[in-house]
Amino acid sequence: MINFWGYSISETRSINYDKNDKAMTEYIAATVPSSKLCIGCGGCTAGCTAGNLTDFNIRKVQMLMKRGETKDAKEQLQKCMLCGKCMLVCPRGVETRKMILEMLNFIKTNQKLED
Amino acid sequence: MYYDHFVLPFTIGLITLLIYLCFKYYKWIKSFPREERKKIRKGLFSLQTIRSGWEIFRESLLHHKIFKTNPMLGYMHMTFAFGWFLLIVVGKIESMVYHTSAFNPPYFAIFFRYFHPANETFPYSETFAFLMDLILLFLLIGITLAITKRFYSRLFGMKKTTKQRAYDLLILTVLWLIFPVRFLAESFTSGLNGGGSFLTYNAGNFFGSFLPLEHLSYPAWWVYSSLLGLFFLLLPFSRYMHIPTEMVYIFLKNWGVKQGREYNGYSEIQVNACSRCGICINTCQLNSSCDINDIQPVYFLRRIRNHEPLSKQAENCLMCGRCEASCPVGINLNAIRQSQRPDTIRVVKDTYAYVPEPEVKRAKVAYFAGCMSHLTPGIIKSMQQIFEKAKVDYSFIDERAGICCGRPLALSGNWQAAQIVMDKNQEMIEASNADILVTSCPICYKTFKEDYTLKAQIMHHTEYIEMLIREGQLKVNNMDVKTVFHNPCELGRGSQIVHAPENVLKQVSYKITTVYDGKKSLCCGGSLANTAIDSGQKTKISGDTVKAYTAYHPDVIVTACPLCKKTLSKTSTEIPVKDIAELVAEA
Repeated sequence: MINFWGYSISETRSINYDKNDKAMTEYIAATVPSSKLCIGCGGCTAGCTAGNLTDFNIRKVQMLMKRGETKDAKEQLQKCMLCGKCMLVCPRGVETRKMILEMLNFIKTNQKLED
Repeated sequence: MYYDHFVLPFTIGLITLLIYLCFKYYKWIKSFPREERKKIRKGLFSLQTIRSGWEIFRESLLHHKIFKTNPMLGYMHMTFAFGWFLLIVVGKIESMVYHTSAFNPPYFAIFFRYFHPANETFPYSETFAFLMDLILLFLLIGITLAITKRFYSRLFGMKKTTKQRAYDLLILTVLWLIFPVRFLAESFTSGLNGGGSFLTYNAGNFFGSFLPLEHLSYPAWWVYSSLLGLFFLLLPFSRYMHIPTEMVYIFLKNWGVKQGREYNGYSEIQVNACSRCGICINTCQLNSSCDINDIQPVYFLRRIRNHEPLSKQAENCLMCGRCEASCPVGINLNAIRQSQRPDTIRVVKDTYAYVPEPEVKRAKVAYFAGCMSHLTPGIIKSMQQIFEKAKVDYSFIDERAGICCGRPLALSGNWQAAQIVMDKNQEMIEASNADILVTSCPICYKTFKEDYTLKAQIMHHTEYIEMLIREGQLKVNNMDVKTVFHNPCELGRGSQIVHAPENVLKQVSYKITTVYDGKKSLCCGGSLANTAIDSGQKTKISGDTVKAYTAYHPDVIVTACPLCKKTLSKTSTEIPVKDIAELVAEA
């Protein structure tokens, strides 16, 4: 990015819902219906074992997933250790651990298809 | 020479069965990992072989464990197994005494009444006839009980009995018919030629009064032989495969063969050793609380055996181990289920690379609270107080940068990723140079013991507190509170820790004895192992568990696991739920 005396031009940050691939979103909505209950409070992220050591953020991952920004979600997912603390913290009863497992499942099966 | 064409169905069936079994067992045992096969070679000529023989007598014939579950159910299983066994053994002895040779053909003893002319007596022939009739009566009572159980399973302490399929019902009918037909065949022959004892002799006379026995006797022997032959031919493809396989399994188990992470021939033997008695259905809380009826081991193992889709059933299990503890055959149900969960996480070079190099204080005792304990700070605080009170040189190793123990990953089938986490943890624990590793979480405890190779002694905090009290390092007072103890699944059934927590609890409170003590404890419902049920169903299980303990009117429900504490506290609104460490810190 070119720096104009301390100023720079930001990358456009617009989300095109029509262009994004919603396959994972639909898959998760079907397999983990409780994921729709999320209010984005971030309790899961606050208590996260992996989040304590790195920038892993479950709330963000589920948001990316819902928007169809699958690629960014994929990279983040590899950091989870599935300890399940997020699930116990969640005030809405979202099965966060299952959501992550299903996302990993989805990625694995789709990767097989791509290969 | 004693021979008639009607012995052919029986003989052909028996020979085919024996050949098939030899072939199958050879194939399964060949697929064991090499070190497991070595154990067989080592164990074959050891005391364990004799011990196995005794266990086979006790379990496969007398069904001692089923007796402990329910006497009626045990009696039913015993009449079948032990009765049939006696019928064969006493029959064989009878034929040997008559024939004065051990080498008569196997069918001779089975159809002895047909071949033996009744007027010809031999030593103790009357006693033998009496015994054989008595054993036959014993078996007929067993069949009556079995038929009753199909319709009134509650009489046998079973709320539900196994749902069988058409094929299983066919062979079940064949089995049920074998002994009544034998009874008829023997009675008809006795009615014609005499012989028999109180049962068949009298029945023969009775039938003879209104039936043309001379036309019925010979066909009855054909039917009896055909039923036996048919039973032998159907056996390998039905649940009755458990009869020979359970014996093989008992030998292998006693020789020290272990069920590993992978599904192999040993798992195959265990799957075939399941008798589908259905006891696991009754102990399963998913059945009693959530009315889920297709995932219990009896059905799950059947799915494996029949190669049916099972991914959904594999996930729908709390892995609480209640079924495993009650299984009369002692099958490794949890390990087999875990082996059916897929490894989905792709492991690369930088998987979990963000975990920092361990920076821990060196001390004699390393304290690993575990992820879940960080959600229940009360437990950690209490443990710190206990350490300080007992003046222990300890290091809180996962206070700041702790990671998961890896068991949750393993429970979901992801062993490869779990191994990375385990290696990192092992490094951290070793960096503390501790002699004793204390953990507050039974999930961590189990995996530390089974999957890690640690030099330090591994203790759950209940064991450690018990040791501190025993050695006089920690003084406690008996408080005036009534408590019940909920033994966490991973601690009691999972790691065999039963006495330590109960001893500690008895020293700090008045512990009420419950039917759920020790390995009979209920699951809290919060288990990480089940990803198929939703939070509502988990709450239902946890609510039912709390209800069961509340019935004893305790002041406090005590547990020894942060996950159980968290789960039970959500549903126990009236009675507080505490960890044993919190109680000890107060005392």
